[in-house]
Amino acid sequence: MTLLRVDNMTHYFGGLRAVHNYSLVLEPGHIVGLIGPNGAGKTTIFNLISGIHTPSRGNIELDGNNLIGHHPHEIAAMGLGRTFQNLLLWRHMTVLEHVKMACYSQLEYGIWGAFFGSRKCHREEQRITAKAMHLLETFDVDRFSNQLAVSLPYGAQRRVEMARAMATNPKVLFLDEPTAGMTPDELNRMIAIIRKIHADFEVAIFLIEHRLKFVMELCERIQTLVFGEVIAEGTPEQIKNNPQVIEAYLGKEDIH
Amino acid sequence: MHSLEHKARQDKKGIRARLQAFAGPIPLIGWLFGLLGAALAEYFLGDIISYYLGLPKIPVLFGFLTVLKKPLLIPGTIGYLILVYVLPVLIIVKSLQKPANRLAGFLDKRPVTIAALVHLGLFYGALHLWADMSDYRLLVLKLTMIAIMLTLSINVINGYMGEFSCSHPGFMALGAYTASTITLLLFADDKQFGDALLSQALGPYFFPLALIAGGIAAALGALVIAIPSFRTRGDYLAIISLAFLFIVKSLIENLEFVGGPRGMSSQPHYSTLPMVFSVMVLCIWIINNFVRSTMGKALNAVRDNELAAEAMTVNTRKTKIITFMFGAFWAGVAGGLFAHVLRYVNPGSFGIQRLAEILAMVYFGGLNSVTGSIVGAVSINILGEALRPLEIYKWIIIPLLLILVMLYRPTGLIAFTEFKPKELMKPRKNMVEED
Repeated sequence: MTLLRVDNMTHYFGGLRAVHNYSLVLEPGHIVGLIGPNGAGKTTIFNLISGIHTPSRGNIELDGNNLIGHHPHEIAAMGLGRTFQNLLLWRHMTVLEHVKMACYSQLEYGIWGAFFGSRKCHREEQRITAKAMHLLETFDVDRFSNQLAVSLPYGAQRRVEMARAMATNPKVLFLDEPTAGMTPDELNRMIAIIRKIHADFEVAIFLIEHRLKFVMELCERIQTLVFGEVIAEGTPEQIKNNPQVIEAYLGKEDIH
Repeated sequence: MHSLEHKARQDKKGIRARLQAFAGPIPLIGWLFGLLGAALAEYFLGDIISYYLGLPKIPVLFGFLTVLKKPLLIPGTIGYLILVYVLPVLIIVKSLQKPANRLAGFLDKRPVTIAALVHLGLFYGALHLWADMSDYRLLVLKLTMIAIMLTLSINVINGYMGEFSCSHPGFMALGAYTASTITLLLFADDKQFGDALLSQALGPYFFPLALIAGGIAAALGALVIAIPSFRTRGDYLAIISLAFLFIVKSLIENLEFVGGPRGMSSQPHYSTLPMVFSVMVLCIWIINNFVRSTMGKALNAVRDNELAAEAMTVNTRKTKIITFMFGAFWAGVAGGLFAHVLRYVNPGSFGIQRLAEILAMVYFGGLNSVTGSIVGAVSINILGEALRPLEIYKWIIIPLLLILVMLYRPTGLIAFTEFKPKELMKPRKNMVEED
């Protein structure tokens, strides 16, 4: 059964057509990559699927549920976890608080429980603290748990953001340029981490990436996006040898 | 030259270390015993001591008023402060250090509620004795406690949630008028509503319900603001809430059945010190529970990055609306208490002036911090009273102080801290190791 299905999604920002007839089929446990030059509309596609924008046309289904018209927090609670290109961490919150926060929709106490510090509230807080600590260990950032997340080294901040995304219990994980600004060493480490979450959490992954090495190594299938349209889709081998991709994507790199 | 400076710095450090060594091993309960001792000392010996020091009467507010009116009395006032407050506190905390630590250790093993009640009981005892000495003190103390509630409740909105709300005096007015209308209608013979409808003996028991009704009225007012202004992010809330403040004020001025611009008076005397104190403690406790839970931390997430909060399953719109109503509720409750402390309300007391006062307290004390709110409310309030003899200059000194705080600590004196009552009441470590 298909986990995430996008059919003919089109989106206009005013008169600008940002995405045109985009379709995606993501099976459980697969890793799919989305590549394309700057401004091709990759992040817009992420934002459309995760509910930040509502597409002008088209249909999105996650695990059989229609996502159109739902708020981002509802879509996230349905099982779509994501990270952001430019690390949207919370300035005044510690690492542990970040991960606990992502358990918000799983909290079983209500607002009155929070006001009066009910027993259930304490129990739930303990439960999500344990869960968060476990995730922090998985991502090797547990030693920072009581520090402000923004004070960590860059690589560690990336891992905190991924731990936070995993705390929402996602079925699909969206990674928006997980290696942006990373050194080759950190890059290799990130590949290992993504492999690990893929294996441990049995989650399907959909990622945007600039570095071809990274995509080629991780993804089973790759889509190439240019000016909001998919010009090629296939295995890494097929994409690497597709003349259109070379022209649109790699060719553009040469001009820089 | 350098070595001299170095030495001076070392001495300074020495003083700090010595202070640390003195105060470090004393648990909170020890200090409370000290305060109680000082209050007792003043209660029984205050008159005699002030007589022998040549003071006309006991200094009511730590001698500020006396000193500012008659500078010649400075030595006597300082002597009084040392004899009545400083010495008893120091002697008691030091001599009771061991038993106080043992008591704190004993309470630490009991449920937090019991420990908190014992601490609060001691603190209330000291305050009660202190306030018993003069009506003026009692009034200042009650108004300070109400200010703490106001500051804390606006901190939830302006600090924890990072929005800028200007309508707190409006919420206060809604609470004050709702609670006053209920108590005047039901329990008082007055010219506004005529004879009491219920037996006056029931009044004090119904007063909490009247306060809650006031809070609910304020929360409903907040809902009216929240629905249009939380659709998007930005300065809308500041503008809409300011407009709300003016609307509430002119609405009350034009409503004849609540007295119009003349206001309402002769509310029954329900805001007693224990009443105000317990409501304040309840307010601090509930707000502190909320902001420390993950549900309350969602406010910080919304403030720091709303997009990320949404993506992490936080229902940001609901969070914002509920929090805004929650803050307004406590402002309404505080307003109800306020009306019954002064036993008179008029629309004039809920204007821009009051807003400036509340904002000053919250930004002075510190955003995103329960301790900061308490410190801000107490210091600005006491300072405002203490500098009263300076008349117009008071409004130069207090704003100057605010500017200084903003320059050196832009988020306030004690910002971004967590208030942990359990840690606060613990026995002090180095003492336990000795045993």
